[in-house]
Amino acid sequence: MNRKYYGKVIFELSKAGRTGYYLSPNGCNNALATLPTGLLRKDIPRLPEADEPTVVRHYTNMSANNFGVDSGFYPLGSCTMKYNPKINEEMASLPEFTGLHPHQPADTVQGALKAYHDLQRMLSEIGGMAEFTLNPYAGAHGELTGLMVIRAYHMSRGDNARTKVIIPDSAHGTNPASAAVAGLKVVEVKSLPDGTVDVEALRPLLDETVAAVMMTNPNTVGIFEHSIPEIAGMVHDAGALMYYDGANLNPMLGMARPGDMGFDVMHINLHKTFSTPHGGGGPGAGPVGVRAGLEKFLPGPRVVKHNLGDEDYFALDYDVENPSDSLGRISSWLGNFAVELRALAYILSLGKDGLAMAGPLATLNANYIKESLRDLYKLPIDRVCKHEFVFDGLADKSTGVTTLDIAKRLLDHGYHAPTIYFPLLFHESLMIEPTETESRETLDEFIAVMREIAREAAETPETVKTAPHDCPVGRPDDTAAALNPVVSFYEL
Amino acid sequence: MGHRYFPHTPDDIKEMLGKCGMESLDDLYADIPDSLRLKRDYDLPPQMSENEVRDYFMDLAMTNRPLTCFAGAGFYDHYAPAVVRSILSRSEFLTAYTPYQPEVSQGTLQYIFEYQTMMSELTGLPVSNASMYDGTTAVAEAMLMCVAAGRKKDRVLVSATLNPVYREVIDTYARYHGVKVGTIPESDGITDLSALREMLENSGDIAGVILPTPNYYGILEDYDGVAEMVHSSKALLVMTAPASTLGVIRTPAEWGADIAAGEAQSLGMPLNFGGPGLGYMCCTKALMRKLPGRIVGATTDANGQRTFVLTLQAREQHIRRDKATSNICSNQGLMALYASVYLSLMGPQGLREVNELSCSGAHYLASKLVETGSFELKYPSRQFLNEFVVRYTGDGSLEDFVEISVAGGCLPGIKIADDELLVCVTETRTKEEIDRYIWRAETFSNAHTPLFTPEGETNN
Repeated sequence: MNRKYYGKVIFELSKAGRTGYYLSPNGCNNALATLPTGLLRKDIPRLPEADEPTVVRHYTNMSANNFGVDSGFYPLGSCTMKYNPKINEEMASLPEFTGLHPHQPADTVQGALKAYHDLQRMLSEIGGMAEFTLNPYAGAHGELTGLMVIRAYHMSRGDNARTKVIIPDSAHGTNPASAAVAGLKVVEVKSLPDGTVDVEALRPLLDETVAAVMMTNPNTVGIFEHSIPEIAGMVHDAGALMYYDGANLNPMLGMARPGDMGFDVMHINLHKTFSTPHGGGGPGAGPVGVRAGLEKFLPGPRVVKHNLGDEDYFALDYDVENPSDSLGRISSWLGNFAVELRALAYILSLGKDGLAMAGPLATLNANYIKESLRDLYKLPIDRVCKHEFVFDGLADKSTGVTTLDIAKRLLDHGYHAPTIYFPLLFHESLMIEPTETESRETLDEFIAVMREIAREAAETPETVKTAPHDCPVGRPDDTAAALNPVVSFYEL
Repeated sequence: MGHRYFPHTPDDIKEMLGKCGMESLDDLYADIPDSLRLKRDYDLPPQMSENEVRDYFMDLAMTNRPLTCFAGAGFYDHYAPAVVRSILSRSEFLTAYTPYQPEVSQGTLQYIFEYQTMMSELTGLPVSNASMYDGTTAVAEAMLMCVAAGRKKDRVLVSATLNPVYREVIDTYARYHGVKVGTIPESDGITDLSALREMLENSGDIAGVILPTPNYYGILEDYDGVAEMVHSSKALLVMTAPASTLGVIRTPAEWGADIAAGEAQSLGMPLNFGGPGLGYMCCTKALMRKLPGRIVGATTDANGQRTFVLTLQAREQHIRRDKATSNICSNQGLMALYASVYLSLMGPQGLREVNELSCSGAHYLASKLVETGSFELKYPSRQFLNEFVVRYTGDGSLEDFVEISVAGGCLPGIKIADDELLVCVTETRTKEEIDRYIWRAETFSNAHTPLFTPEGETNN
């Protein structure tokens, strides 16, 4: 990674007359020149003009300002930053997949449809669900789709008064936001001091206006919601459904399935649990699974398998002329298909035994860090965690060093920071998720650095408060950025 | 049992468990009620070697058949420079998360800033977000934005000339969010503007109007005066176009739109069987704080150096929760890098040439198809860029023509009615490919034209 900032943007390298492409003429008469000028743009867009070597060097230098999982340890809680296997990239780049137009006839895309169907079946087995749609583009999109499934289910029964969704106060911010987009009102339920849902606080909230209870399990403090059978029973008795936010599915691999816990609808973040690269903020994928009986509410298009003699034949069942119980359409086509291929390659590479090891090893790594740092960092919930856990800042509160300072100081040492100031249950949340792909040596080095930072906080707190000192840039002025937003090069 | 993705040796596991006061990995799960534990293997294949994974995918790949593509309808087969794929595979970009720590994420933040600038130049609108999932959800979220900005107004009007797939997604979001969607009828392939005027005059609850150009049929619509009409009803105007076309066509800003939203897959991205593409969304300064998704802004760091950060986060789900402008979180970050690198290489002239070649190829193919005598343009009086609708009027069925073309390795378009084909030409289609299409059309229509008419006269 760069120590010295490469700070240019491509517009600053632009020079009129330079070009980075060549297109062969196709010998047809210029028809664009015959179009009425009133339909054409007046000005020329101020895009950069650059040659190919300049463009390559620019983005290569820019990439060195960045830190990825391949660069080093990335203990970002709730994000499951595990290793992204290279074979996945190779498989997703096969031209027989990348060159397919979505409108091709089904018999020319059998392999693509089978890949979708295979992954759908595998996720169903892992989630304990009856069927998955892979169409949602991201976790939040999956949440929205899942909540639409739930509303479609209630409406199909004429149960139209169910307009509320109950969400724990520890939930990811996307949960209430997705509920709002789906037209549902959010009711928050408090957590107990141990971070789990307060069953007695939940009970009186359950009535005939509740569509669903949305939970993350293990929850955002990394604790398994051990009352889940009781909660699921109560919720179902009240006529509502259970939604599983799959952001934290990773530690459950091989150990327990949301379907067996009583969840009716769930989403999975393929870019978390199933190793597809996060790409600096997508493209991800948020497949949604449903228990038996809810399949018909899934969005279209759906991929269905037909048996033709000995041969399987795959087709799309979606017919816009013939609306069914389906909640409707939520994507252009079959979602981020190339991301789905990566997840399929990952599941095949791990196989059933490898997958079953991923969960326990992720949990082991998290507990190992927790136990190694609990004397110096405040552990608000002292229980066996799953894939992640939360410190509430330093144990010694007298230093004035905050969670933000600790995060920035970690950057100096070549680590990405943990998730900070989330969950909102604690003032100084520092949420650490190591994943199963980190070695004991990496964890030991990280632990040593965290201990060193705690020592610095006590002895030379200014060093921590002014960190980072060794990154391409220092702490940015966020307030100035928001007060006077400069969002394009020509505003600089 | 070890696996190449897991660094743990049996001794590591034992010693680490010891640190946690445990004896087995199972002890870490003692808090899970026994009834919930999975007590069997997954019903999945065993671990595969890389070569076995390759074989599995090659078996799938062999039953796929990429076709010479004359289909569009939202996904376009444009030239994809080798440089883009090379840059996108750099793991510093590929394996990074959302840029929450700007000090170690300047690369991501810089390219998003570049991308925002480029989309702003293409649409003419000053503010772009960091991307949306795809065109359909971008337009659906634009609808939600109109309703949020329109306070008590809960109706949007959508032109019948919008791609029906987009309409389906809009309808889904609207149904659950409680938005009423009205359809502006079409007249001979374009939005019926007098009907729009009437709808605006007769209803006080319209928050937004959604219009495409080029529309689903490839027609460039003339929206002169429409923005004034929409704004005088205190509604917002949303326009959508494939991003590539914005290099030459009149921009949403020039038409007076408040929001531009749509699909940017046409910026050289692979077809990828429909995803990932790239949703884009731009708006006026006045609407900036209503825009969904991430926005990157410039600021300075502690040393006074220019630096980029995620900004205006008070709009977002992790701060505002159920009051956020959207639930969007992960978007299509890496595809925004795709667009940036692509547009850096192509520049304004390259994007113009892409459109020129596509437009010229499409007009050539359209005229030659008409010359066969078996095809006619469905909207002969309309202007189109690189996509058009033909009606098959010859003997035999259009379905057979499509089938024969596909058998010959060519996707001749998208059948949108029994006798109507939506055809698209991009700059990647060579003259030879276009001429082969024409030859196939001629041969097909001739094969269905009897040499002798019932009267016994020779038919040429």
